[in-house]
Formats: sequence, C-alpha cells, structure tokens
Amino acid sequence: MIRTLFFLLLLAASVPAVAAPVADTFANPITETRARALQRQLRCLVCQGESIDESGATLAADLRHLVRQQIADGKNDQQIKDYLVARYGVFILMQPPLQPDTYLLWLAPFVVLFGAGGIAFWVIRRARPTGPETL
Amino acid sequence: MLGELGQLALCFALGLSLVMAVAGLLGARADAPNSGLNSELARSIASASTMGMMVFVVLAFGALLMGFVTSDFSIAAVANNSHTLKPMIYKITGVWGNHEGSMLLWVLVLSLYAGAVAAMGRGGARLTSAALGVQGLLAAAFILFILFTSNPFLRLDPAPFEGAGLNPLLQDPGLAIHPPMLYAGYVGLSASFSYAAAALMVGEAGWARAARPFMLIAWIALTCGIALGSWWAYYELGWGGFWFWDPVENASLMPWLIATALLHSALATEKSGAFRTWTLLLAIGGFSLSLIGTFLVRSGVLSSVHAFASDPTRGFFIMVLILCAIGGALALFAWRAPTLQGGASFDTVSRESALLLNNVFLVGACAAVFVGTLYPLGLDAMTGQKISVGPPYYALTFAPIFLALLLLVPFGPKLGWRRGDLKASFHALMPALGLAGVAAVAVLAIASPRTLTGMMAFAVAGWVIGASILDIIKRKGARASAFAAALAHAGLGVTLMGVAGTTLWRSEALDVVGPGETMTVGPYTLRFDGVTQVQGPNFQATQAQLALMDGGRVVTVLRPEKRVYPAEGQETADTAIRTTGLRDLYLALGDDRGNGRWTIRAYVSPLAPFIWLGALVMAAGGFLSLWGRLRVKLGAPSPAVQPAE
Repeated sequence: MIRTLFFLLLLAASVPAVAAPVADTFANPITETRARALQRQLRCLVCQGESIDESGATLAADLRHLVRQQIADGKNDQQIKDYLVARYGVFILMQPPLQPDTYLLWLAPFVVLFGAGGIAFWVIRRARPTGPETL
Repeated sequence: MLGELGQLALCFALGLSLVMAVAGLLGARADAPNSGLNSELARSIASASTMGMMVFVVLAFGALLMGFVTSDFSIAAVANNSHTLKPMIYKITGVWGNHEGSMLLWVLVLSLYAGAVAAMGRGGARLTSAALGVQGLLAAAFILFILFTSNPFLRLDPAPFEGAGLNPLLQDPGLAIHPPMLYAGYVGLSASFSYAAAALMVGEAGWARAARPFMLIAWIALTCGIALGSWWAYYELGWGGFWFWDPVENASLMPWLIATALLHSALATEKSGAFRTWTLLLAIGGFSLSLIGTFLVRSGVLSSVHAFASDPTRGFFIMVLILCAIGGALALFAWRAPTLQGGASFDTVSRESALLLNNVFLVGACAAVFVGTLYPLGLDAMTGQKISVGPPYYALTFAPIFLALLLLVPFGPKLGWRRGDLKASFHALMPALGLAGVAAVAVLAIASPRTLTGMMAFAVAGWVIGASILDIIKRKGARASAFAAALAHAGLGVTLMGVAGTTLWRSEALDVVGPGETMTVGPYTLRFDGVTQVQGPNFQATQAQLALMDGGRVVTVLRPEKRVYPAEGQETADTAIRTTGLRDLYLALGDDRGNGRWTIRAYVSPLAPFIWLGALVMAAGGFLSLWGRLRVKLGAPSPAVQPAE
C-alpha cells in the first residue's frame, strides 16, 4: 500500500511538468538528438523506472540540465556517464553495466536459452523413430 | 450487517474449500470395492462443496460490492477507497482498486474456475476430483490469507461521513476492466496447474485435453489484460509510451510467455503424446509465475525492500503460501514424473520439434524478463548494490530472442506431425518470403530515418503475416485450430509492426504556445485556441483546444485535459488522441506558462494502433480455437470428417 501510494504520489507530482526542458534545447539538431538519446539512458532516481528524458520530477529536470551543461562543455557521452555514475552510482544507468556482479544478469537469459536448446536437441534426437530407445 | 454477512460467507467458503481439498484428494484414489471410504461418494462431495464454495465466495464479493455501491463507509476498505461523488462505475471498480478487494477478486476468479472444472471438466472422474482437491487447497490458502492479513470487511467505528476516494488514475474505463481481465488470466492458469498436479497424482495422460479450454481462456484473458494495461498506460500516463518494462508489467508478461509455451507444448502432448513431463512442468511453472507476480505486486517488495517491511505479515504470509504451492507441486513432479510413460517418436524435422523449439525460445525470453525483474531486488538484498534494469537491457536480451522465435514461427504450422518436410515447407513459404522483402523495401522507401532495425522488424512481420495468410487461403475446410493458429501468429506480426513503428519513427514536439499560435508535429499543424474550465462529476478539468489545421481549414479540434480531483487531492492528465488507424496524433497538456501560454506535448506515433490491434487478433485466434474445441465437445461432428465448406 505504502509502495503504491508512493508511486502514485510521484506520478501525480510528475504529471503537470513536461518531458524535456523547453528553455534548454540545443539549436544544433545533431547535438539535441544526442542529448535526448543520452537522457533516455539515464534513470530518474526518484521515479519508478522512468528515464530523466520522460520524467517530470524536479530531480530529472536538474539532471537534464546537468547533462546538457556537460555536453555544452564538450564532454563525450562516456565522460558524462562516468561523472554521473561517480556521483549517483550505477543505479543511474538504465542499462546495467557489465561487471562481475551483473554477469549473471546478462548471461542468464542466454544460459537458459542454450540450456533449453541443448535439452531440446537431446529430446529430439532421442525421439527419432530409428533411435534405439524408442518403443 | 453487510460486512458481517460478507465475512461470514467468506468463512463458510473457507470451510467448504477445506472439504473440497479433502474430498477431492480422497476421490482421486482408485475405486476399491472393499475399502472403508467410498471414492465415488468423495467425488460427489468434492463436486458439491466446490459449487457451495463458489456460491459463498460470490456472496462475499457481492457483499463488498454492495458496500461500495451504497458507499457504506463503516467498512474500512470502502471508506479508504471510495467517495459518494464518484460515478457509479468507479464505485464498482473501486472494489478491486485496493489490496483487500483485489485479493477477494483473486479468490472469486479462482472459485469460478473451480466451479467450471466441477461442472464442465472433461477427463476421468479421478482426474477431475484430484484437480478440485488442488483448487480447494489453493482457495483455502488464499481465503486464509484474506481473513488474517487483508480482511476487506474490517469495520470503522465511528464511520466517517465521506470516503477518501479512489486514486484518480484508476478512474478510467480501461483500467476498470483491466484487473478482472488480468486476474481471469493469472488465476485461470490455476486450472492448468491443478490439472497437472492431478495428472501427476492419478497418472492420467488425458489431462492436457481436459485442461485445454481453461488454458485457452486464461491465455486469451492474459493477452487482453496485458494489452488493456498497455493501452491504458499509453493514453493515460501522457508520455506516449506503451510498455515501460516496469516490474508490475513484467509480472504479467512472464505468465503470458509460459502460458503461450504451454499452449504449444500441450498441443503436442495431446496430439502425439510427446513432451508429457515437460508440459506438466510448464503448467506448474505458468501458475507459479502468476503467484510470483501476485507476490511482487501485492507485497510491496518491488519498489523497495523497505516497503516490504512496512507490512511484514502480509508479505511473509503470501511468500510462505507461494513457496508451499510451488514447492509442493515441484516435489510432486519430481516424485511422480519419472513414472509417467514418456516419449512418442517423431522425426527431427516435424511439428513436434517445431513446437519444442518454440518452447525453447519462449522460455529463454521469459528468463530474460524474470532475471531482469528479480536480479536487481536480489542484488540489492544481498550486497546493497543498486542497479537499474531498464529498456536497453530488454532490447539486448528479450528482443533478439523473441525475434528469433518469430523467424521460426511460419515453419511450425507447415510441418507435419511426426514427420515434416523442411524443403517443401520452405517452398510453400516463398510467397511469405516475398512479402517480407516487400515490407523491408517499403520501409526503405517510405520510412525516415531508414533504420536497419526497422527493416528487419518489418521483414519479420511480413514473413509471419504472409505465412499466416498462406495458411488461411491454402487450407480451405481445415480445422478451426489451423485458422486459430494462423490468426494468433498474424497478430504477433501486427503487434511487431506497431511496436517498431512507434519506437523507431515517432516524432514529437514540445512547444509553449499562446492563443492563436500554431505548432507543428510530424505532418500536422495545430492551432492553440486557449483553455477552458470544465466541471466533471468529481473533478475540475482544464481543457485545451487545439485545432488540427489543413491549410486554413479546421479539420477537427482536439482537447487534452488536466484534471484535478479535489476529494483525492490529485491531478491527472487526460490525453487527446486522434487516430487514422495507421498513425496516432497524441496530445498532452503541460504547464501553464502564464499570459495564456501553455506547454503542449505532441507526438505522432506511426502504427501505434497496431500494437493493440495485434493483441486483439491474437485473442481472436484464441477464441477461434476455443470455439472449435467447444463445438467438438458439444457433440457436433468432428470437423476433420466434415466436407470442405
């Protein structure tokens, strides 16, 4: 219940605001596209799984401003991400980094996929009508 | 009075569900003429107590419903979640717009499925009896959970004069039917689960056939429920997105993936006796994921571990319950599955192999969602490290696995049972390959930007839809099930086009406009004509007028709103969407910037309606399959021997 309330309060708080800063738009469309793409990869820390690009929370607006400031300062995407990770932790990255404590996260789907595939291969071979184990 | 009656009815239902469990399991034993207990009698008792339980749960639910309809604020659940000014429909949907009521809805759906199994369940008497026994155990456990930790009939004394109101976000027609639909799917998988457990107990092979109608109903309901939820998020949340990989959404997607795998695997089990144990495991797994989903959503473990601690009894109770259900079923499986006669024989290239491959990919896709949802929780609990698993993760894991599955889908229906001909199938699929090429070229010609992902997505969609069309036109007079499969597969292609179109080619505009000023988004020009105040039944809306212009002519006026609900003290956005069927123009009203100027957010989402249209087509395929089944059961001659129409 608390969780739901919290979520809904956040939602309610986020509704009136808008998706991206209006006064803070790069004139150069390429830079703007890059900024938007970067914003989509960063998580709004106080929201429920929203990126700072789509969130209307104040923190998201501040982070967008920060990102754009750094782009204007000539930093590349990786430098900006590194800066934010140093400040807020990897939680801010929508795509979890590949590091020892996330190996399992990244590998598990494919381990399951290939494991299941291996079992299927075995079952299919065994089921062959000519196979010795049938009937 | 009402609350006490409801409480009493729920207690009776608990008693009867225990009778169901005992009688049902006793009735599952083989008939022995000299045994002290009469299995035949036990079965009758199980069946009768199932009906009784269903009636009492319906009564309990009815009592809560009446409490909401008459705004009886002496009932805490009503006082906390309703309001006299709310429109009647939202008073009714308020019943399940809260934890207690939604758990009662959960049990209601469970009891209705149990009643359906008792009344219409095919399969042997022992199988049905054992299935009822398992349903009885589940019902008893969940009714206990409700009575002890989430009682919807708790009283407030003194009763408040006015209720706290229902969260305005939930006051929406789409979300009104979303939970019952989703529950019909979630809980519907309990029937397959019970049949699977029953089959393990009595060792009956015919369970897959007996459980199939229930599997289909659950799958259809899940498909529609997920689509409704996604549609609601699209038009209500105001970001133009349709799927956020939110844990709550994932909790519904996982059972859907496994239910889909189950439908395919059970088909092979039923037709040729293949994959018997695997199908049992999927039936257990599908409902287990429903339970885990219920746990994730209901315990509050999702947003933070601390919310979980805020109500430890509830979370603990439901966790123990789920562990018992899943653990018990898996133990039964481990104990009994090896005794089952296994393995029909089939060729490497055959329908059976194709169905198995389908399962491999669906299970892989489900694993991606499962790990993506639970890994951050586990990591946080164990090391305190917080990570985010957002859309990019699923784009790299779920998406490729699912696309690979879609590539293989067209072959399935083309391959014969036991022995298929890959070469002939491929030849037969040439027109579909052509359609895939056309789709890819069309993307190259029309779309901007011309992304490789877009071309691939459309080629795959064309391939799947083309194959479905081939199936439909080439199989005149075939069984309903062949058409059903073709429809369901085509639906996947349609949804894929919608997803690709919206994700890759959406244009957006975010402008501050004053009265008379225009803004453009994609091909559209909009003129802002100011805002007006509109009074709703229980809200006050600020409504913007935006005229869609074609040269100097006004085509139509769109009215996005912001609503304030005074009773709940909350604000919601109400988007305005104009669809041509091929693309949506989507408007949301933003902030008041002073001097009559407002922020307007506009999106043009190509093919957005296809996302939900595809889901509808899939569900239609499910219905067709169900209809084919029921027709056969109702004694109509088997379609297989009917002449072509």
